[in-house]
Amino acid sequence: MDLDTGETMSDNPLPAVDYLKIPEDGDPYLEGYKCSSCEAIFLGERANCSKCGERDQMETVTLANSGTLYAYSIVHRSFPGIDVPYISAIVDLEGGGTIKGNLINVDPEPEKIEFGMPVDVVYDDALGRKDGEGNSYLSYFFQPSNAAS
Amino acid sequence: MTDAYVVGVDMIKFGRFPDRTVPQIGAEAAHLALDDSGLTIQDMEALYCGNLGQASGMVGQRILQEIGQTGIPVVNVSNACATGATAFREAWASVKAGLYDLVIAVGVEQMGKGLLGGAGGSKGISKEGLLGSGTMPSVFAEAGMEHARNYGTTFEQFAKVSVKNHHHSTMNPKAMYQIETPLDTVMNAEMISYPNTKLMCSVNVDGSAAAIIASEKKAKELGLMSRAIKVRASVLTSDPWQERDLVMPDVNTCTRKAAAAAYEMAGLGAEDIDLVELHDCFATAEILHYENLGLCEDGEAGRMIDEGEVALGGKVPVNVSGGLLSKGHPLGATGIANIYEVSTHLRGEAGQRQVEGARIGLTHVIGLGSACGIHILEKAS
Repeated sequence: MDLDTGETMSDNPLPAVDYLKIPEDGDPYLEGYKCSSCEAIFLGERANCSKCGERDQMETVTLANSGTLYAYSIVHRSFPGIDVPYISAIVDLEGGGTIKGNLINVDPEPEKIEFGMPVDVVYDDALGRKDGEGNSYLSYFFQPSNAAS
Repeated sequence: MTDAYVVGVDMIKFGRFPDRTVPQIGAEAAHLALDDSGLTIQDMEALYCGNLGQASGMVGQRILQEIGQTGIPVVNVSNACATGATAFREAWASVKAGLYDLVIAVGVEQMGKGLLGGAGGSKGISKEGLLGSGTMPSVFAEAGMEHARNYGTTFEQFAKVSVKNHHHSTMNPKAMYQIETPLDTVMNAEMISYPNTKLMCSVNVDGSAAAIIASEKKAKELGLMSRAIKVRASVLTSDPWQERDLVMPDVNTCTRKAAAAAYEMAGLGAEDIDLVELHDCFATAEILHYENLGLCEDGEAGRMIDEGEVALGGKVPVNVSGGLLSKGHPLGATGIANIYEVSTHLRGEAGQRQVEGARIGLTHVIGLGSACGIHILEKAS
């Protein structure tokens, strides 16, 4: 099953973050870890709950691909090589979990952005970014729910 | 337990000193604070040193190599932007515990220019600009926008914080800048991360500050009570779990928790505070802390800045030093520089920017990650 020799470039994109899952036969999705004791949701694999302190009670949950915009900033200056401006968005997902990402297909103007606006999580190439070995990556983005995807 | 007093405190004028070493910069503040108390390094029983940039570099010991290697215990402290306040608190705690009667706390930092922070780790590809932004101006812009979401706070209200703090710094010769920045100048400055323009971001500077802390018995024995400042409360918190923690650092809850504990320890309330030096790392942040510290009701922060209640001459002046926005923010030094500012007002020695009749003051810092340090100070009677 594992075709990665560690030397050759992968044909398939790698996930930009470890909580983005790319099944072999299915659509990509975001995975959370939920404490079965207190129901706190985390991103990324973990054994212990930092909300209630419970150990080994984590179970994986598939996070929703829709949510609402909680807060944002419009980034005009970033590090060299990063395209600006862009909208850095914090999104509360339906059913729990909060994630951060770029809000796309919206003009980066405060007048065009509304708190609470419904957004969808969409998956696409990671802006052409590649790692040192030339691997491509798949990332996620937010876009307004009514936008054509 | 004994009461603990600040019997000497000072800071250097913040600036950029690329030709000096971190220990040299720290040593200057240590000397200033010792001179302020009339004591010498030979009188000190322990040194608590706050520095972030060389956290593994034994900065405290290297300061002693500059000013006197007396063999005393040295504790080097690193706690993000709460580093200086943490060093001060450790020094205070050692006196409160009766371990020592005279100790010195030094905070020092040498900073580069430019953006701090960045999204994601180094694994794979860079996440900055892909999964939002992790730069400090963005993180604090988003914290401000949460306030805007809840209370309708405007870009203009956030910008007014910067106008106020820059104005205050024109009266502080130790601030990095002494320049007026009118509202249109602030709002039209280069946008870094909306709603924070360049003039709404704290200044990366080099700096140091130091404080000498004495037990009550020692302060009286040495005849230092006339200018002594009583530490009425010292509180440090970390951030309790919050549902948006992983993507949105929460600077509010740890501040509220620290404020409640500090008021309880001091046996007073926010209404008793005459001046505040709080963590205005970005203009958006200052607005949040009016409410977090209980200076006003939730949702009233915008009105507070609009009506000048937090300006010099107002109900409770905030950041009369110029704040991090204009005095500058040398990370490890900031917490002790705040102690210097409030102490100077309580002593009635703040000159043109003096808060008249100041009796009790509060200092606040936030280290992202997170740590909140609050101190309540009062002129010894």
